[in-house]
Amino acid sequence: MRNLNSTKYIVVFCTVVCLVCSIFVAGAAVLLKEKQEVNAVLDRQKKVLVVAGLLAEDAKVKADEIQRLYKTHIRGRVVDLATGEVDAQADAASYDLALVLADDKTSRPSEGTEASVTGLTRIPKKGLVFEVVFGDSVEMVVLPIQGKGLWSTLLGYLAIDSNGNTIRGITFYKHGETPGLGGEVDNPSWKAVWSGRKAYNAKGEPAIAVIKGKAGGAAEAPHKIDGLSGATITGNGVTKFVQFWLGAKGYGPFLARLQKGGVKS
Amino acid sequence: MSKTREVLLDPLFNNNPIGLQVLGICSALAVTTKLETAVVMSLAVTVVTAFSNLAVSALRNFIPPSIRIIVQLTVIASLVIVTDQILKAYVFEISKQLSVFVGLIITNCIVMGRAEGYAMQNPPMSSFIDGIGNGLGYSLVLLFVGFFRELFGSGKLMGVEVLPLAADGGWYVPNGLMLLAPGAFFLIALFIWAIRTWKPNQVENA
Repeated sequence: MRNLNSTKYIVVFCTVVCLVCSIFVAGAAVLLKEKQEVNAVLDRQKKVLVVAGLLAEDAKVKADEIQRLYKTHIRGRVVDLATGEVDAQADAASYDLALVLADDKTSRPSEGTEASVTGLTRIPKKGLVFEVVFGDSVEMVVLPIQGKGLWSTLLGYLAIDSNGNTIRGITFYKHGETPGLGGEVDNPSWKAVWSGRKAYNAKGEPAIAVIKGKAGGAAEAPHKIDGLSGATITGNGVTKFVQFWLGAKGYGPFLARLQKGGVKS
Repeated sequence: MSKTREVLLDPLFNNNPIGLQVLGICSALAVTTKLETAVVMSLAVTVVTAFSNLAVSALRNFIPPSIRIIVQLTVIASLVIVTDQILKAYVFEISKQLSVFVGLIITNCIVMGRAEGYAMQNPPMSSFIDGIGNGLGYSLVLLFVGFFRELFGSGKLMGVEVLPLAADGGWYVPNGLMLLAPGAFFLIALFIWAIRTWKPNQVENA
């Protein structure tokens, strides 16, 4: 009978158990990675459709239906954030934020600049925009937004009417905020509050903000959004990064062009 | 044969992990606002409990007693991560709704309780069945709670409208309490009350 309590046996046993378990876990992660990535891309496409009002939040639709809707109504564009001009040469489908942020030529560090309020370490020089088209006319634009909440970086989309000011919807496709508190950014009734409010005040500055308590109707409080109780830091984070992305260093110049008379493609 | 039956079916009513042992309440409150998430969570916990029992039982004569808890935890944690990966690959939407609660199966007292309390003393096959039985006991409560919370909280079952909502021109005004954690507490309490009325020997002496 082996001695189960000898130090040598315990060390060997631990090593073997850990090795077997890690091979098992790593194997599952590697084998399923491809499928998970397909899901993640599909989920992002679905979120763009949802924020544009083309799909209901809880709609159960097949993957090819999502792709069909996306193909018909969504047109990706790459926009130079500084000038707000659409880069006609760039291919939106191959735009990969991770690669853009890794390169000094296509992005810049945010430290010490206005962008630091987002909590992101780097900001791209050119950003993606999704135009929502019906026939030939651009109905609204969907802007990717990112920034820090309390624990995590929130990744989502903000839909703006083609008038460049009215918000049509907001959604997040990835975050790690506390379920039930900051995680309530996923709550459909909270997201519905954004719709119909104005992004900019009369002076053209980004003014939309998550406040404390109830904001009231869109007519009386066009720039206010209900607070999330127990999630002040998440709410403040959302305010800061949404205002940054709407501002002069974000998609502000692009939206200003949109207000003046639409984007030329 | 009757022993196997007993191991499998006992945890449903006679020794329900939530009803009698009052374990695993946290996730029972968190994932039961909709029936669909409750079903997936039930499956995940049942699979994890069954396979962790199987693995721990197979190793039971080799596990050094001084580090047995951490070994059980390693096995359970690996199974939970694999389960999470599988959910992400095949039911992405639901896995997003379950969010952290799949990961938290690791700390679900039922899984660890069965590994330590049953699998360490019993042969693999019987432990596997015990895991399934306890998973089913947990599932039973989750489905019960999920069924009533979704029905009365949002007038739906599995996302399909059953009671026409007043907001859409029907007659049913949803009970918001059902969607909050206290709603689940009341339902679990009713469940425990019903079982203990049926089987008075489960009542603890005050």
